[in-house]
Amino acid sequence: MSNWDNNPVLAIEHLTMRFGGLVAVGDLSFNVGRGDITALIGPNGAGKTTVFNCATGFYKPTEGRIVMNRANGEHYLLERMPDFQISAKAKVARTFQNIRLFGGMTLLENLMVAQHNPLMLASNFTIGGVFGLSGFKSAERKAVDKARYWLDKTGLLDRADGPAADLPYGDQRRLEIARAMCSGPELLCLDEPAAGLNPKESAELNTLLNAIRDEHATSILLIEHDMSVVMEISDHVVVLDYGEKISDGTPEQVKNDPKVIAAYLGVPDDEVDDVEEEVGL
Amino acid sequence: MDYFLQQLINGVTLGSIYGLIAIGYTMVYGIIGMINFAHGDIFMVGSFIALILIVAFGITSSLPIVLLILALIGVLIVSMALTSVWGWTVERIAYRPLRGSFRLAPLITAIGASIALQNFVQISQGARNKPLQPLIPGGFTLTEGGADGSGFIVQLSYSQILIIVVTTVLMIGFTMLINKTSLGRAQRACEQDRKMASLLGINVDRTISLTFVMGAALASVAGLMFLLYYGVIDFYIGFLAGVKAFTAAVLGGIGSLPGAMLGGLLIGLIETFWSGYFSVEYKDVAAFSILAIVLIFMPEGLLGKPEVEKV
Repeated sequence: MSNWDNNPVLAIEHLTMRFGGLVAVGDLSFNVGRGDITALIGPNGAGKTTVFNCATGFYKPTEGRIVMNRANGEHYLLERMPDFQISAKAKVARTFQNIRLFGGMTLLENLMVAQHNPLMLASNFTIGGVFGLSGFKSAERKAVDKARYWLDKTGLLDRADGPAADLPYGDQRRLEIARAMCSGPELLCLDEPAAGLNPKESAELNTLLNAIRDEHATSILLIEHDMSVVMEISDHVVVLDYGEKISDGTPEQVKNDPKVIAAYLGVPDDEVDDVEEEVGL
Repeated sequence: MDYFLQQLINGVTLGSIYGLIAIGYTMVYGIIGMINFAHGDIFMVGSFIALILIVAFGITSSLPIVLLILALIGVLIVSMALTSVWGWTVERIAYRPLRGSFRLAPLITAIGASIALQNFVQISQGARNKPLQPLIPGGFTLTEGGADGSGFIVQLSYSQILIIVVTTVLMIGFTMLINKTSLGRAQRACEQDRKMASLLGINVDRTISLTFVMGAALASVAGLMFLLYYGVIDFYIGFLAGVKAFTAAVLGGIGSLPGAMLGGLLIGLIETFWSGYFSVEYKDVAAFSILAIVLIFMPEGLLGKPEVEKV
């Protein structure tokens, strides 16, 4: 049995999201395996981002449930939680297709904001912070170390004190990942992390994602159109089309699934007839 | 020259009070983009709480100086705490339920909250002026006059020193809080992108509440200072002081903390110098005219950041 069914970190069960008459996601179920890199792919408008929005508290799903299984054995029903608790308690972090950094703050501050909750506790809800008590100072130092570690990992350390808005596009994407990691997530959801990256940058992204998975016990769920990224790094691929799952398996299985080829990947012109016959068109 | 110096001292004192109130306007605007019109009345409530405490505990200028200072610090802390509860309550019942509603809705409830506070104090405390005997009489005489033959005496009273010192300390402390602590960082993050801050685990509602609490605490300090300086308050002082402080916040660049302090100082100075050299009747006209002129040529205020729309 596959890892994602055996040991799921996130289980999406019968998820349905309707906007009026439009069914963006219909009765979708799949698992994200612990320690896996799972890719969610599909044509534009297939409902991928809607799944993310349901899992991170942006939308309240019409039906179904989303279960986060933390490594310490706690379970959280994400669809019932207010959004700030999804990060704080369920340890799910995400990035956005259109980057959402705090542009007016420095890179370091962006990463410190992600560590707000432990720091708030350490500062006795700010009182200690104002008077500079030692508990807050050491917590603050630890947080800075963590932030610098991630800036180093993403190759942004030399710009730590510059404003985030001044970074070039590819760097902003990496900073978003670094910020998400600073919140200490067990599941990292990335919405098109390779969009707009050049081949060299997307190769670096692959290395970074593999490092996150291997060294930080963080499972990754990503939406991606760049098949070179998807096929190279993912352990598990889920394909959506019109809000429904059309395929689910290893990259090899999915790549050769005729339904996926018809809906999404495409084939050379001379093979179209064969594929259409296979899926019954 | 002596006359000028005296106006400068008076202007800085008044400006300090405006600056303290203006911080409340600018912070709330920064974090949720609304003008909290009830803030001036929170200042007024703070002033009344301080007056009630001073009268109830029988604090007078006849107390030994050490005791008097301790008593005033006690009054300050208690009235900050109580006024904060008022600020928190106004946010909780008048603004939070309307968050996510259209932009004008909280503006209307803000005006409602302002009227409600004024009327509550009017009914519970009476509409008449409330005088307080000077608690900190005396001061330094800087020049005895006669240096330039005018015979004008420049005085710096102890209460003016107190106001300027307390304001400076609070503003430094406050700037530290915003720049150095995790709460300050969370506030700045909420200012830029509330939803994203929430996704990073920040309790946005609580952060907004704390912003109102801080603004109210500073307003109550301003309330006590106002009471000590002028010695008379009524239920209506919040209106004009609030409008002036709001003007100060806009002049300095709304959303900017140093801007609010600078704007407060400038409004205080403009008003005082205008009264000193031209006419007292037109001091408000002068203050608001300067505001209009600044806004025409620098719409973002003196220290505000220009809005750059990135395409």
